[in-house]
Amino acid sequence: MEILMSILAGILFATGIYNLLQKQILRIVIGTGLISHGAHLFILTMGKLKRGAPPILTEGAENYTDPLPQALILTSIVISFGVTSFLLALSYRAYVLNETDNMELLRGNEND
Amino acid sequence: MISNLAVLPIVIPLLSGILAAFFHKKLPLVRFFSKFMAVLNLLASLWIGLYVLENGSVILETGDWKAPYGIILVADQLSIFLVITTNIIAAFSVFYAQSVLNEQKEKYYFYSFFFLLISGVSGAFLTGDLFNLFVFYEVFLMASYGLIILGGEKIQLRESFKYVILNLFSSMLFVTTVAFLYSVVGTVNMAQIAERVQEADQGGILTTIGILLFFVFASKGAIFPLYYWMPKSYIVPNPVVSTLLGALLTKVGIYSILRVFSLIFIHEPMIQQLFLWLAALSMVFGVIGALSTYNVKLIIVYNIIPAVGFMLMGIGLLSETGIAGAVYYLIHDMIIKAALFMLIGSLVYAAGTSDLRKMGGIIHRYPYLGWTFFIASLVLAGIPPFSGFIGKLLLLQAGFEKDQVLLVIIGLVSSLLILLSMIRIFIYGFWGEEPDSKNVPNKKSPSLWPAMSLVLISVILGAGAEWIYPHIEDISEMLVNRDIYINSVLKE
Repeated sequence: MEILMSILAGILFATGIYNLLQKQILRIVIGTGLISHGAHLFILTMGKLKRGAPPILTEGAENYTDPLPQALILTSIVISFGVTSFLLALSYRAYVLNETDNMELLRGNEND
Repeated sequence: MISNLAVLPIVIPLLSGILAAFFHKKLPLVRFFSKFMAVLNLLASLWIGLYVLENGSVILETGDWKAPYGIILVADQLSIFLVITTNIIAAFSVFYAQSVLNEQKEKYYFYSFFFLLISGVSGAFLTGDLFNLFVFYEVFLMASYGLIILGGEKIQLRESFKYVILNLFSSMLFVTTVAFLYSVVGTVNMAQIAERVQEADQGGILTTIGILLFFVFASKGAIFPLYYWMPKSYIVPNPVVSTLLGALLTKVGIYSILRVFSLIFIHEPMIQQLFLWLAALSMVFGVIGALSTYNVKLIIVYNIIPAVGFMLMGIGLLSETGIAGAVYYLIHDMIIKAALFMLIGSLVYAAGTSDLRKMGGIIHRYPYLGWTFFIASLVLAGIPPFSGFIGKLLLLQAGFEKDQVLLVIIGLVSSLLILLSMIRIFIYGFWGEEPDSKNVPNKKSPSLWPAMSLVLISVILGAGAEWIYPHIEDISEMLVNRDIYINSVLKE
């Protein structure tokens, strides 16, 4: 199961990076979203995918899931949620003001 | 009870930032509130600093969860020195802000973002937990995104988009790396990671994780070859925002490298070798960048890169003298870069352009600005007896101790070229005749005293090295003997 999840995370990273390298702003934003999904899946996998009791200490609890990766993912999801919404607003403003969503045309020159 | 002190430099600006958002349109009130809270925060961190000097590190285990399990904040000497420096810069910037920002920008949450930035930077310095380091990185990055587009001009939106994308990518890489490290050592507490890395016999994968972490920190710290995003995005915002970003953000990257690579990843000498190469290349390329442009703002931004190279050199040498040099240089560089960004803001304002070829003779109208800038250039280049000299002396001494003669020569030559790049601004911008005074703005010019005071502090840091150096020596001893840190956190 861990192998499968790692491969899935890898695919998400690869498609994310492919999108990140495109010219269109919206594709880049989607790329960052895919990469963060990959990262979150990866954290979950790194804490070992175990089935069993919730991590509450009771007598006879032997097989329990690791709570730390879940706490990390929650934090990370919230952060990437905020950043993505900010990024969408920013790219909309950039598109409206610069009148293009092509990164090639947003390069700028030496004198400004 | 007393351990709760460690959280003050994070909580005070955090609450101030949130509160300031409620009355953001009442300018006199928000201005007074911000100045008051910035100074209060400085005093609080000075108080904690004194306490740490007397009684040793303050370690806060939040919610009373014991060290490796709970979230901890560690205010040791290094952290608290950097927090104090951050707050000195913050306090002076908030006084400078009013004179360079227009009312519109002040109204639209400048002060809130400012405080959140300070909160995040202080948190990054104080945390003892790798995942929380990531969280605090996000806190100050979010605030910096807000600050960098403040005003929303065309060019700002264009450049800040690239800044946001790059930082977002390296943040995601940071989380991934933390996950990697968690799978190998099963903890995110830095002291415990350090302990387990010593025991775990898994050199290969740990080196990979180390390099990945270095990539993350280096792209925040603008080390060669990851500085390409920095020059453009640091010149587009307002001078006070450039001051905060240029003086604080890149230095957080360097601090993280210093902490992580003196504590955790010291099992593989190849990493240190890599640092030395990158340090030399950063010095060379930064100086070339600074000499290649006529834009005064760009010259100062490019000057961040060789400074980062110097600090990386100290970290790469990993000897007591080297680390002491790096720490000294770090504190010196934060202060002098803040002063320079403020001075450049005033210069650009006075000249009405940032192109060196179009300005001249500013010193006739602004003599104090001219001479403060001149002193600041000497401090930056490391002319004795200023503070840049002490840091460089320690670093070069450490270089000779480890027989890195080539690196020392590159360091010396690049210092000379830094001086040249600064003197170019002085000659073109301040001397000579003013081309024409038609684009002279007749508004009140930005206040000069914050920059002057920062230069003065920097001079004191150099002239008073006798008092400061023993503390720096203590810090480097603690960093080199990492068991001190581990034992103080895990209480074994």
